[in-house]
Formats: sequence, structure tokens, C-alpha cells
Amino acid sequence: MGKDKLRLGFNGHFEEKEVEIAAGDPTPWDPSQTFSILGARTPRLDARAKATGAARYSIDVRLPGMLYARILRSHDPATVVRSLDLTAARKMPGIRAVLAIAKPGDALRFAGQEVAAVAADTPERALDAISAIRVEYGARPFVVEIDKARADGAPLVFEGKVETKTSAGDAPGAKKALPRKGNVQGPRASDKGNVAEGFGKADAVVEGTYSTQVQTHSALETHGVVARWEGDELTVWASTQGIFSVREELSQTLGVPLSKVNVITEYMGGGFGAKFGAGVEGVTAAKLAKEAGAPVKLFLDRKEEHLAVGNRPSSVQWVKAGATKDGKLTALQLIVHGGGGTNGGTGTSGPLKNVYACDNVKTEEFDVFTNSGPSAAFRAPGHPQGAFALEATMDELAARIGMDPLEFRLKNDPSEVRREEFRIGAEKIGWAGRDARRRVPDNPALRRGVGMGAAIWYNTGGTGPKATVTIHRDGSAEVVHGVQDLGTGARTMVGIVAAEELGLPLEKIAVRIGDTRMPYGPGSGGSTTTPSTAPTIRAAAWQAKKKVAASVASAWGVPEEAVVASAAGFSMNGDAGKRLSWKEACGRLPEEGVSATASRAENHPDAWKRFTAGAQFADVEVDVETGLVRVRKVVAVHDCGLVVNALTAESQVHGGVIQGISYALYENRILDRATGRMVNPNVEQYKIVGAMDVPEIDVTFLPVWDAVNNTHSVGIGEPATVPTAAAVANAVSHAIGARIRSLPITPESVLAALDGKARVAAMPGRETREGGRA
Amino acid sequence: MKRLLDVLREDCALTGTKEGCGEGECGACTVLIDGQAVNSCLVPFAQVAGSSVTTIEGLTGAEALQSAFIREGGAQCGICTPGMILAAVALPKDADLQDIRRGLAGNICRCTGYEGIYRSLRAAAIPARAAD
Ligand code: FES
Ligand code: FES
Repeated sequence: MGKDKLRLGFNGHFEEKEVEIAAGDPTPWDPSQTFSILGARTPRLDARAKATGAARYSIDVRLPGMLYARILRSHDPATVVRSLDLTAARKMPGIRAVLAIAKPGDALRFAGQEVAAVAADTPERALDAISAIRVEYGARPFVVEIDKARADGAPLVFEGKVETKTSAGDAPGAKKALPRKGNVQGPRASDKGNVAEGFGKADAVVEGTYSTQVQTHSALETHGVVARWEGDELTVWASTQGIFSVREELSQTLGVPLSKVNVITEYMGGGFGAKFGAGVEGVTAAKLAKEAGAPVKLFLDRKEEHLAVGNRPSSVQWVKAGATKDGKLTALQLIVHGGGGTNGGTGTSGPLKNVYACDNVKTEEFDVFTNSGPSAAFRAPGHPQGAFALEATMDELAARIGMDPLEFRLKNDPSEVRREEFRIGAEKIGWAGRDARRRVPDNPALRRGVGMGAAIWYNTGGTGPKATVTIHRDGSAEVVHGVQDLGTGARTMVGIVAAEELGLPLEKIAVRIGDTRMPYGPGSGGSTTTPSTAPTIRAAAWQAKKKVAASVASAWGVPEEAVVASAAGFSMNGDAGKRLSWKEACGRLPEEGVSATASRAENHPDAWKRFTAGAQFADVEVDVETGLVRVRKVVAVHDCGLVVNALTAESQVHGGVIQGISYALYENRILDRATGRMVNPNVEQYKIVGAMDVPEIDVTFLPVWDAVNNTHSVGIGEPATVPTAAAVANAVSHAIGARIRSLPITPESVLAALDGKARVAAMPGRETREGGRA
Repeated sequence: MKRLLDVLREDCALTGTKEGCGEGECGACTVLIDGQAVNSCLVPFAQVAGSSVTTIEGLTGAEALQSAFIREGGAQCGICTPGMILAAVALPKDADLQDIRRGLAGNICRCTGYEGIYRSLRAAAIPARAAD
């Protein structure tokens, strides 16, 4: 332990701070440091495997004698299982195991809920067999729309106790017991200052109701596992964001000791928050494999993926905000009803409570249960929807007091990092000239608009992870760490940090990840993977290198402190002649080399703390005749701490922006209100942004040296998608001069907004009223 | 009848061809049939009798494009990548940027934001005019 004086901050805003460093942990890098590989654009270690088809995803695992499983699901949104007969299915050819998931008397609460499962020697036979399962259902009344579910006398989704599914990464407070009336649970409430007084002090007050749709995660690799028993030991290849949380769930539900469950994720085809647990499908596969005495593969199809394994909940947000004439926020208030199907945790208050400074803030968040698939954590839970409502409100309030929306935000944003990001982004998007560009010469049907939004995120990673670094006699090194790579580039990040600390080229380092038999790695949620893992790897590499230095010291017969390690090798303090190259030093190690296992140190409480900040600007074009919106350009300026790999960090932002555009304009899970079934459970009618719709995306990272951990690293996956839909929606409003208060923004909603504006304008003595009640 | 996709993945153990939707909407299962990019999830196996089927494992002559995907970050999670590469090599040689966009419109990528993919195509100059 010791205190180090560090220079911390960003871009001309540096200050000196004393930070307590734990024993066994290296001092955070200094801004004057030059890096050999950290921060460069480094191709993924596994890119070749991906580009040649060699990469083996969990869905690609094939084992000798492997069986294929399918799940039978309910078609109706609310039923009771009266009887379940598996006999006919058991007798079908090739069927090796059959399992009841629901039992007679069980209530099924959404179309797509699991009823039973089979394992067969071919996928076709499994499919045939599930249709031979005889189930008698008793139909119950159901409700799939949240406004109807809120009404008195609505069919109850849960007659008795609420049985919600939770997963790591849920919004804070999601697991707390809350009061419930009918289908409405809550509120989760927060109250700061006094909003009534705040509104009293305001010169302008706006309020509006904003609604957002359900978005499904739609990772290209579906949920699923391959499960294999060897004696009493279970090995599972899972498509997961948390190999250790899958292990935990399997151990608990199956009653198998943790020590006898291994979970492996070599390659993974995306998760976005929905893949932390084993899930019904994982547990089912393990049970079927046990019964059949053979390995079982169970992966969902696209339809099941949409129905049953998670989504971003819908929201109806009433927001009220007040400000003084000179542009200071005086009060912010939010009441949100969120629709997470059979799950809770639907709050959206994060941005409103945390982005802009305001003394009086009141929020109430209600979950509204409906008979539809449960929500799950989805890339910044609650934030894209919350940012959409908040940023629209900020624009309207700015308009009310006659202030430029950028200036209004700069006046109220307490984050110096984000204020800088706003300035950079505004410059790049051409904010100043945005009004003049609204009309497009030569095309009277087109309008252009520019809008903005802010991102906030919180997590900085934490303790738990461990890593082992071994340095071999030939000078090469090996890192073993049980983190999984969802596609973010975690594998490469591990290699880069080790290479940087050891002063080795990346090619000399072997990275082994993705297996619970390795030292504990973090679950990839909350944008915490890099800030949890990178400091762990650096500490282990630093400790291993110190062991090499210690062996050099003993060979020279000098105290350890006298040996100085550098990229070139080892030298002796005060004796220029005494030096050993890295290779020579390693050559003197014992046959087994040297290893060090380090644990992630605590976050430094005395660090340069801030919420992770981001700012995005969108430039859109709207055809006022067809209502079509095209995003021309997005400028994204983000705080990613100190970037480990510019190539993969940038890719995270691109992906976040594109998902945000997709959310703003296209994606929408549609349930048929008459049958309660999803009408677009595919990727054709459930429209995901495609190659044709991609705008230019300009990404800037603002390096921040915070010393929260020894690598100054911060996650970027979530903040990258928080403000995109908000910025796009504000840009559309700027373009057409009318506000659209619900997502997705469709040609129909654009035309309706234009129509409403025209009708209001035609009324004598009335002005267009932006910011009124929706 | 088995789908070509199943025969490739299950019978031939060629798992480089992926399944994303099974309905011809995502392009993850793209292979070349006699040089044409086709969604193998839509092809009954018997239909390829007498044709030549190329999967990512057997693709030759696309090293420049594959290297560009590696260097330029064209793959994030990478599960769409084999399909993207096969769709890209089937583009006509004189395709412009709009043709490329149209040619890849049937291939969904949930991760990269397509930027890395375009950059890879431009870097490989495949097709040559992608640079403009
Ligand atoms: S799996 Fe064939 S197009 Fe999606
Ligand atoms: S890289 Fe993940 S789907 Fe394209």
C-alpha cells in the first residue's frame, strides 16, 4: 500500500491527485506514458478464424452421439395446463428423452412459454415429436397492451405472487419487493428537493407523454447450449455473456456442485444483455442429456428468440420540466409505466435523474405486467427510452425560453467531460448552420434536421476477477482468464494489456479465455468487462514480470529494487553496463517459468471520479411527402476512459449507433391484440436496420485518465447506444417543425405529425404549440 | 427434405455456414451455388445436384477480402462474417457503392454497424470501385 501522486483528468483539464494504491497492484499509467500497443488499432486475435469460418461458436459444437432438442411452447397468451401427455411423443422414432417443463395446474402467461421438450437423433425427428405431445389447456383472459393492463378490471397476469425472471444486469431496484395493484407494480420512487417549488420558480414549463416500443435483442446467434454429462460432471457450451453465471444457475437448478459444472464459450454471436443465465433452454438441455445418456444440443430458432428470451420493455413516460428565462433547470419530473411482459425492472429514470443538474427531481416508475414475453437487460437498460423523453423535453424547454438547445444543455450539464464532447460534436455536425440547412435546394419535399442527445453510464467494473500470467523460458507469455468474448473484442483486449505491461509483441502472447475452469472472469454486462478485466490482466502481468526481475536480481546478487524493467529488458540502477534482454532474463528462469495470479483490486475511492459521458448528434433528411426518414450522419463523441483497442472500441460505437437508429426508426415487436401472439416473429417484418440504411458515423473518443483502476479503462458498449434514438428523434423534429412523441418514428407518424401541425396552424389565433400535452 | 444448410452443417461438419433465421432473411447462411450467392436455408438439398457449392471453408481467391476483414474490423462477433464475405465476392466486378449496399442488403449484422464491413470492402478494393 502507498499513496501515489497522479496527474488525472482530460484534455487540458488535468489536476494532481493522491491515490492510494493497493499492494500487488501497479500504479495507474501516467498521461505522459507512451504506449507500445495500447490504444492502437489492433486487429482481433481471432479475426482470421472469423473470416475463414474456422471460429467455432457454441451453436457449431458437434459431439459424437449428440442429440437435438426442441421445446414445445404455448400458442396462447394466458392458459392453464390441464393435462400433459408425453406417451405418444416418447414412442416416436429416434426419440431419446422427453421432459415436461410445465405441469398440470401451471399457469402459462405468454405465447411462447415453455411447456415440454424432447431430444431426438435428428432435428427433424425432434420437431415431429413435439407435435405429438398432447396438452389440454384451459384458456384464461389475457391482456397484451399496457394501457388496457392498467385499467380496473383488466385480466390479471399474476393472480397470486409475481413470479418474475431476473438476470444479472437488470436495472437497479428491479429485484426489490414493490407494492402491486392489479397488473401495476410500483412505484420505485425517488424524490430530491421539492418539484412543486421548482415548477413555481420556473419561467417556462413543458410537459409531454412519450412512448417507446418493445425491441428484441435479436443477436444473430440464438440462445442455446450443448450439454454433455461425463459421470456426474456436466459440461455446457453456451452462447452466453456470463459463463460463471450460467454455471451458477445450472448448479443451483440441477443440484450439481459448482465444482462439477463447466461452462465453455469459445466464440459467441452477440448477446446485448439477454444472455446471462442458463435459461429454461439451458437447464432443459442438461436434463434431457442426463435422461438420454447422450450429449444434447438445444438452440432456439428465430421465432422463439423473439418470443421468450428477453426484450427491451416498452414505456409510457410522462415528463414535466421547468426552467428559468436564463436557462437554468428548476424542476424535472417523470412518471413512467413500463411494459416488460411478465417481468419488471422497466424503469427509465436514469438519464433524467443523472444527466442534467437540477435541484428538484421526482421520479416514479411502475411496471405494468402483460401477457407477453419477459423483458431482460438490454444494452443500457432503461436509458435509450429515458434519453428519448428527456432530450425531447430539453429541446422543447429550450424552444420555450428562446434559447439554443445546445447552449441550454451546456448551461445545465454538470459534466465537464460531456460539455467538451458537446462542443466537439457540435463543431463536427455543423450545429451552428443547422437552421439554414433545413430546406434542401432543388427538392421541395425534403427537410433536413440536426438533433442531439446525451449519454450517461455508471459502471466502472469491480472486484472478483482473477487472472494468471505465465512467462515462459523462451520469453513468450500466456494469459488465462475466464472472461467470455461476445464479439466485443475481449480476447484481444486481454492480449493487448498483457503485451503492453510485459513489453512483448502481441504474437508472443497466448490468450486463453471462455472456460469456467479458468480463474474467475466477470460477466459481460453493464459495460464492465474491460474495466474489470483489463486491470486484472495488468496486475497479473506486472506481478509475473516482477518475478522475472527478482530472478535477475538474485543472479546479479543485488536487491530487487535495484533492477529496472523496461521494454528492452532489465538493467541495474546506477550501473549502465549491467543489463539483460528480456529473452536472456527469461532464459534463466526455471523450466516451469514464472506465474502470477492476481485479483482485481478495488476501485480507487480517491480517483478522478465522474459518470461516463457521451454526446451524439444526428443529421437527418425527411421526405415530407412520403414521411420517410433517412439518417445522413451521426457524430458520436464518447468517454471510454483510456481506449485499449481503437479498432474494437470504435466498432462498439458503430454498433451502438446503428442499434439506436434501428430502435428509433424500425424495430417494433407487434402483438396482435385479438390473439396475444406476435405477428412479426422474424427478421423481415421485425425490421432491423440493414446495409442500405447506414449513415456516415463519425466517432471521437475523449481520453480520460481517472485512475479508478490501474488502466483507466471504462466500458463503451452501453453508453454508445444511449443517446442515438434521442438525437435522431430531435433531428426529425427539427427538420419538420413538429414533435413526434413515440418510437419508432415511422412514415405514418411523420405524416401524422405534419398533418397535426398543419391543422393547428390553420386554426385562427392559434400557434403551433410545441411542448404541450401530447 | 433436408435443407442444404443442414447438410453442410450437420452432415459435412462445415459449420462456417451459419443459421440466423432459417427463413431467408438474414444472409448468415449464404453460400455460392455455381458462383451465385444463395441463402442455403432456402435450398432443398436435392436442388444442388450437379451444381458446385462453395462455403467459406472452400472459398479461394478471396484472400485479399478476408485479410481486409481481419485488418479493418469487418467482423465483430463474426457470426455474420462468412455470409457477408460470400455475398461480397458474388458482387459484380463493376459494382459501385450503391450496388454493394444493395448486394449486402440481405445480410444482417447486429454488431458492427456495417461500417467495418464497408471499410473492409473498400480496403480490399473488391469490387474495385468500392473506394469511391
Ligand atoms: S439463415 Fe438463411 S437467411 Fe437467415
Ligand atoms: S459481427 Fe455480429 S452479427 Fe455481424
